Amino acid sequence: MNAWLEPIMVAIVLMNLILVASGRLSACIRIVAFQGIAVGLLFMVADVYPPTTDRLLFIFASMILKGFVFPWLLFQAIREANVRREVEPFVSYPVSVAICIMTLVISIWLGGRLPMPRPVLSPLVVPVALSTIFCGFFVIVSRPKALTQVLGYLVIENGIYIFGTALLLEQSVLVELAILLDIFVAVFVMGIMIFHISREFDHIDTQRLSELKD
Amino acid sequence: MDLMPFINIVLLLVLAPLLFGVINRVKAFFAGRRGQPLLQLYSDLYKLLRKHAVYSRTTTWVFRLGPVVGLGALLVACSLVPYGGGRALFAFEGDLVLFLYLLGLVRFSMVLAALDTGSSFEGMGASREVHFAVLAEPTLFLALAVLMRLTGQTSLSGIYSRFSVEVWVQAAPVLVLVAGAVLIVFLCENARIPVDDPNTHLELTMIHEVMVLDHGGVDFAFIQYGAALKFWLLGALLVGFVLPLRTGVPWADTGYFLVAMMMLAVVIGVIESVMARLRMLKVPHMLVVGMSLSVLALIFQLR
Amino acid sequence: MSVFWGNSMTLALALALVPFITGLLAFILRQARIRRALLLLTALAHLGLTIAAWIVRPVPSAGGWLAIDDVGIVFLTVTSLLFCAAAFYAVRYLKHEESLVKNRLDEGFLFRNGPEAVFTGCLLLFLASMTLVIVSRHFGVLWVAIEATTLVSAPLIYFHRYPNSLEATWKYLLICSVGIALALLGNLFLAVSATNASSTLFLTELIRQAETLNGPWLKAAFVLLFVGYGTKMGLAPFHTWLPDAHSEAPSVVSALLSGALLNCAFLGILRVYQVCLGAGLGDFCRELFILFGLLSMLLSAVFILGQTDYKRMLAYSSVEHMGILAFGVGLGGGAVFGAMLHMINHSLTKAGLFFVAGNILAVYRTKTISGVQGILKVLRVSGVLWLAGFLALTGTPPFGVFLSKFIILKTALEQGRYLLAALFLGVLAVIFIGLAKIFIPMAQGDPPENLGDGPRKESSFAVLPSLIFLAIVLLLGIYIAPPLSDALAQAASMLGGI
Repeated sequence: MNAWLEPIMVAIVLMNLILVASGRLSACIRIVAFQGIAVGLLFMVADVYPPTTDRLLFIFASMILKGFVFPWLLFQAIREANVRREVEPFVSYPVSVAICIMTLVISIWLGGRLPMPRPVLSPLVVPVALSTIFCGFFVIVSRPKALTQVLGYLVIENGIYIFGTALLLEQSVLVELAILLDIFVAVFVMGIMIFHISREFDHIDTQRLSELKD
Repeated sequence: MDLMPFINIVLLLVLAPLLFGVINRVKAFFAGRRGQPLLQLYSDLYKLLRKHAVYSRTTTWVFRLGPVVGLGALLVACSLVPYGGGRALFAFEGDLVLFLYLLGLVRFSMVLAALDTGSSFEGMGASREVHFAVLAEPTLFLALAVLMRLTGQTSLSGIYSRFSVEVWVQAAPVLVLVAGAVLIVFLCENARIPVDDPNTHLELTMIHEVMVLDHGGVDFAFIQYGAALKFWLLGALLVGFVLPLRTGVPWADTGYFLVAMMMLAVVIGVIESVMARLRMLKVPHMLVVGMSLSVLALIFQLR
Repeated sequence: MSVFWGNSMTLALALALVPFITGLLAFILRQARIRRALLLLTALAHLGLTIAAWIVRPVPSAGGWLAIDDVGIVFLTVTSLLFCAAAFYAVRYLKHEESLVKNRLDEGFLFRNGPEAVFTGCLLLFLASMTLVIVSRHFGVLWVAIEATTLVSAPLIYFHRYPNSLEATWKYLLICSVGIALALLGNLFLAVSATNASSTLFLTELIRQAETLNGPWLKAAFVLLFVGYGTKMGLAPFHTWLPDAHSEAPSVVSALLSGALLNCAFLGILRVYQVCLGAGLGDFCRELFILFGLLSMLLSAVFILGQTDYKRMLAYSSVEHMGILAFGVGLGGGAVFGAMLHMINHSLTKAGLFFVAGNILAVYRTKTISGVQGILKVLRVSGVLWLAGFLALTGTPPFGVFLSKFIILKTALEQGRYLLAALFLGVLAVIFIGLAKIFIPMAQGDPPENLGDGPRKESSFAVLPSLIFLAIVLLLGIYIAPPLSDALAQAASMLGGI
């Protein structure tokens, strides 16, 4: 099973790169959806213990949610919002890609320095997780649209999930489902807010939401 | 004395222009046309070689030297690249650096010749060519570095002789990244479609073609033939590790390699048929993607 | 009966479930009157259960998901009291807001309110999630609950549907969600640090095994949780969402955010602090508390000085007081008791002030400080409360805030940390001046002419909550009932104090 581990992780990193390199909102949504599915696959491949039923249930729930429900919600939001379908970043695409690669290098350095108190699935998992988290943060700060900020948030969540997989943390499935539910509601509420923002302002550019300040 | 390297080089020198014919036929097939004859480039070269070159009064010896130096450098480069898993004519440690610098010399001579004409069109083409090369050359360097690291060899012949299906099974993700990077460089260096349209007729949108507008006769034949050689050389680098079938029998390997090159030409033809040329502004983006692929491959390989 | 309630889990579950169920119910109910009655009843029921918890004082069982411990009961009481007052205030407020289309309070735009059912429902769910934060004994559940508070309070902030509140809601939602995502990573680190033990996230279990936890990972976990929940708590420099959300939300929601929600986030940090204390990382954590505490106080002082909006001013004052809490816990020793007491004082005072601010806003129709003058002449009771609240907030004796600040200062001096004490005192002085320059001119002077002459009638629903809260704060400055002081001392001892 572990032969699949590395290809999936490389694919996840590539999706980070494509996300920061692509200029269309719809493409970005799809990439994040694929990444969510890839993270779910990672869970499945990573389970060195025989996967129990409730574990599988959780994995499938997360894959369906991240791979289908979230993109559907966000597509709904941009259709309703009827906004320009381009990302319009502050940081140009080539620079974004370069920064994304830099985060990977930093993560590998960091991952090498963290002493692992327990056996890890693969030495690559922690760097990939960290770089995905960093990449999510970068998307949030470098892209002005509300929608891309939600995508960044989802990428951060993906990174955290990879981290959880990496360390083979056995948590109560109930808690994990609750966490998943929270994330779902978060995306749902954010989707509604994007709709309201676009209706109120005719754009979803958070940079122009600057009325409130001191 | 092993004759295979000589035979390979002779085959290369003879067959290189054929690939362009194959590409043109594939494109014609997709467009529903009959297309040019397969050997069109041979007739073109024959025609050009019989003609005298015409030189503008504003040009100097730099202009005349350009095509000759370019072709010469390419011919030397031909002797460094292994075809079909065998040894190249010359192989020594670090020969890939020489190979890349020879390609650089080709570009340098072409760019100088273009600038020497004093025409604004050619200057523009030269500037674009150099701009893209800045991104393409390091990409190829990094990609070859990854292959070096993967096989533990430091010469082109050594690297390519180590490739087999097993290497792919071991390091598939990294190799996929490298292949993507090399493909992008290949398209850019040969001025193929997402980067440059070889059939374009508008100077403003050209890159490679606009640089050679003033060349004629024998000089132009050299340039055309050089382009075919370059296509073959970089193609050999690509198929050498993407389709690494080795039988051990030299003749079979060479035959297999020729088939692989034809397949590459077909693939390029398909790409050109289904894609449109990118906007000039987007080309660096694509090259940056290529570069990041090779950087990623290097990062994963170094760990 | 007492056997049933004696089970800590049952009581805790009831406390969280009651508002949860009535909250869901409120979404469905059609009639506004029934909904409002439900809101009041739930608030009273919650308060009743909290009092029951005081009487029974159930002992937390090991390994349980939910329980009420000594720290929890202090936070629970504040939350419950505050919500009760907010419920009474909200009923009157909702009646007042009933007309659907109205002038935007400060700029004369037209705007609509969100559906009242959603407002009431979210208010109740907000209480449920805050209660869950307080009673949870598992870091995963704690995370879920804190994230839930963000999600259910977002619609509350966006109750007045106009651009500014939308902007504030978006910032609140995004900044807090991302911050809390970091806390989730912190939870994972915490689980990793439990290397020798099974990777549990139960609080009791972690405290028991604290000495075997892996130090570096626990430190990293603490930092991540501190930043994550600190964002929610409004510690500088992660406080940027706070003034926006507090100024744009309806006053009753601002009161809850400031008085209850920030405390809950603080509790999240305190829980992991408990684990760190057991693992011998107390000094490391305390340094972080002091650093960010002082930073919050300094930053809020800067923003209070030039403030033009009185609701934002109150919000920055919350940042300041959160800083004081962190500072107190960071000093350790007797200051932890002070911090716990201060938490109660601040919540009650600030909620009271936000209620009064709501009254002022409803009459003056502006949030700018310069537009409000002569409250004492227009709204007699509110004006007096506004001034009393100012005195309480800045820690003038004999209000309780004075006592709690004094305890913290005294500890700093006893520990010989004169520089910290001087900084603390200096910032408090600056803030006192800044607040005085805002509060006093608002209360004194002549009201704008368009408000007509003579004092207006004030509904008792609008002023009673503030009046009661300020009275309690006054009382706390003079006399602390033994059960409360025992509970505070117990809580302080669990948090590294004496």
